[in-house]
Amino acid sequence: MQLVSREYAGTVVLAPNGRLDHDNSEAFRAALQPHLDAAARPQRGVVLDLSRLEYVSSAGLRCFVLAAKQAKAQGGRVVIAAMQPVVAEIFQISRFNLVFDIFASVRDALAALSADATAAFDRG
Amino acid sequence: MRVRFWGTRGSIPVALTWRDLRDRVAQALVAAQGRTLDTLEKAHAFVEAELPFAIAGTYGGHSPCVELDTGGGTYFVCDMGSGARPFGAHVMARQAGAPARINVFMSHLHWDHVMGFPFFVPAYVPGTQLRIHGCHADLEAAFVRQQEPPGFPVRFSQLGAGFEFVTLEPGKTIEVDGLRVTPKLQLHGGDSYGYRFEAGGRSVIYSTDSEHKLEDAAETRDFIAFFRDADLVVFDSMYSLAEAVSVKEDWGHSSNMVGVELCQMARVKHLVLFHHEPAYDDAAIERVLKETRRFEELTREDDPLAVSSAYDGLEISL
Repeated sequence: MQLVSREYAGTVVLAPNGRLDHDNSEAFRAALQPHLDAAARPQRGVVLDLSRLEYVSSAGLRCFVLAAKQAKAQGGRVVIAAMQPVVAEIFQISRFNLVFDIFASVRDALAALSADATAAFDRG
Repeated sequence: MRVRFWGTRGSIPVALTWRDLRDRVAQALVAAQGRTLDTLEKAHAFVEAELPFAIAGTYGGHSPCVELDTGGGTYFVCDMGSGARPFGAHVMARQAGAPARINVFMSHLHWDHVMGFPFFVPAYVPGTQLRIHGCHADLEAAFVRQQEPPGFPVRFSQLGAGFEFVTLEPGKTIEVDGLRVTPKLQLHGGDSYGYRFEAGGRSVIYSTDSEHKLEDAAETRDFIAFFRDADLVVFDSMYSLAEAVSVKEDWGHSSNMVGVELCQMARVKHLVLFHHEPAYDDAAIERVLKETRRFEELTREDDPLAVSSAYDGLEISL
């Protein structure tokens, strides 16, 4: 499990890859934490880019919820983007599709969070 | 061993309304369009073969009561929810006047798990031997209190059966009339206890009213060991995972997805979704069942795990 991060005009895009399950969810949570802490100053949005995530278990989904709770407490917001079909299906089965704002692409997610971030993304 | 489900709903009993029934009769009539169903036999065959369970049947509404039939002369039953009333009628019919010996195992003492007891007819019959097992210190008090005025007109002391209350120790296996029984502490308000039952080379886990967070690795390992290689796991899957980890966290119940994950890790053969959310209609429960089977497919790494959804009247032979 790797977590690649990018930033567009202060909005963080985090992209986990591979499988997120009971074996590596704690490591993922630890890897996520500094990005969430950084996003609190100032209050910024976080996009979870799931385009390279192949599978997520209940433990992985719990990490997403904890991240969303922390972001909300900081006045920020976590949104989901670019899910693969299997992960999208798991979101639907778990009803996480009702908890998170989900976007087809990272650009769509950025557009929902910040015009500056969208412009930075478009500039490449 | 045979497992009979007399009550499968969580928290409070529910019943179909006349509107529910009328709607499903209408759906059945539409589905039968163009058929010649001019005898009851043909109609039954059509209903059986072609209508989904959410139209042709119902998951039912009694609160928890599950019987384990080991084929001996003794009855074993988990919890005394409102399903205890039809279970009692079953015992009375089967005994045909002969005294019954009944072993009850209580997951906990919340209302939905004891509410059927005042309507459990064998408790009124002299000669019936009732042994009520549980891990809660106030096991007997809960049964006695429920029959006190103004809640019920017949006091516990007026019941005709002979009673014994047996306090069990979590983690300690005992043998009860040939059935090996191991209780396990579970996360629930006021505590609940799961049971592992073993007889004749078969094993059944009854794990209801239990919040499995899978956060703590040691705790998860303990439950995997408790479930290990079971033939059947009756599992509290009241909430979706999203509810269980957010708005309903710490409400003491689990999700279908965690049920699949635990059972797969423990190499269980058959998972039965149980303690259905009272707000769910039959279509919602059927949808959860379908999705749970799909999730099992997505996560399968080994032998398939059979997944069923419990309904009042379901019987599973092991």
